[in-house]
Amino acid sequence: MIFAFTRVWLRMREGSIGIGMFIFWIVIWGLALVAVVKPGVTTSVANRLGIGRGVDAALYISIVLLFYLNFRSNVMMENLRHEINKLTREIAIK
Amino acid sequence: MKKNKLLVIIPAFNEDKVIGKTITAVMAAVPEGTSVLVVDDGSNDSTGELAKKAGAIVLRHPINRGLGGALGTGLYWAKIKDFDWCVTFDADGQHDPRDLAKVLEPLYSNSADVVVGTRTKLGWREIPGDRKFILSLSNWLTWWLFGIKTSDSLSGFRAFNRRAIEKIQLRTDRMEVSNEFFSEIKRHKLRLAEVPIRVIYTDYSRLKGQKNSNAVDVGVKLLLRLFR
Repeated sequence: MIFAFTRVWLRMREGSIGIGMFIFWIVIWGLALVAVVKPGVTTSVANRLGIGRGVDAALYISIVLLFYLNFRSNVMMENLRHEINKLTREIAIK
Repeated sequence: MKKNKLLVIIPAFNEDKVIGKTITAVMAAVPEGTSVLVVDDGSNDSTGELAKKAGAIVLRHPINRGLGGALGTGLYWAKIKDFDWCVTFDADGQHDPRDLAKVLEPLYSNSADVVVGTRTKLGWREIPGDRKFILSLSNWLTWWLFGIKTSDSLSGFRAFNRRAIEKIQLRTDRMEVSNEFFSEIKRHKLRLAEVPIRVIYTDYSRLKGQKNSNAVDVGVKLLLRLFR
């Protein structure tokens, strides 16, 4: 966890990620830290969601989050391809 | 009185074996004053040089961007050079230049903004069995995703008037561009017409066309676009 926090902090300092992305990952790792330090939190979340165990709730939420992040990456890649197209077009027309 | 300008766009990638012949045949079939544009999509053979030699205007992509990228460049050129009409035409000899006049007719009579040359009315028997399946699936997908009924969603023989040239914005760069045209037609409420055309399948053109294994990839990308 400490390693993860330090990586996020370093990437923000060197400008690889913006403030929005920094806050997002701090929140994610923060929630992971809370789940590790206070397992009772995951149990109460699981009870609210109607899932048996806290660790199951953590797994299900992680999977949903991973799918969403993968989808976002796909969309970003498509946008990048579009930008490359635009550049290629400008070079061809010059 | 301003003379209306017509542009024939031929996207080409490594077509040096046939490009000269295709350009010559197109030039023989179009009215005098028509411009022929070859978009050389990063070929690593002499496609560009041979196209220029045959009398075409050549725009060369420094890297290969796919059919969508090449068509996007062609349409963009038509827009900035103020062409009134443009037609996209395959480089591999699959299309018959004698169908150019037929495909342009609905534009000339202002009964359509986009015309698709459909292979299924005259050439259904010539289309190989596996391609028939992919084409039928693509037609259904076009109807399901964009609500447009077409008998040939994958046709590369399309004509556009000035209104369509200005409105259509292509974002996809590979083979899924064929379906994206229909998305744009719906988005901008363009009038669509279909005209039967001949199809000339050769071993060469089959080799150069869309691989059947790409169909799944194209379908997934189309679905992804829906959620953007």
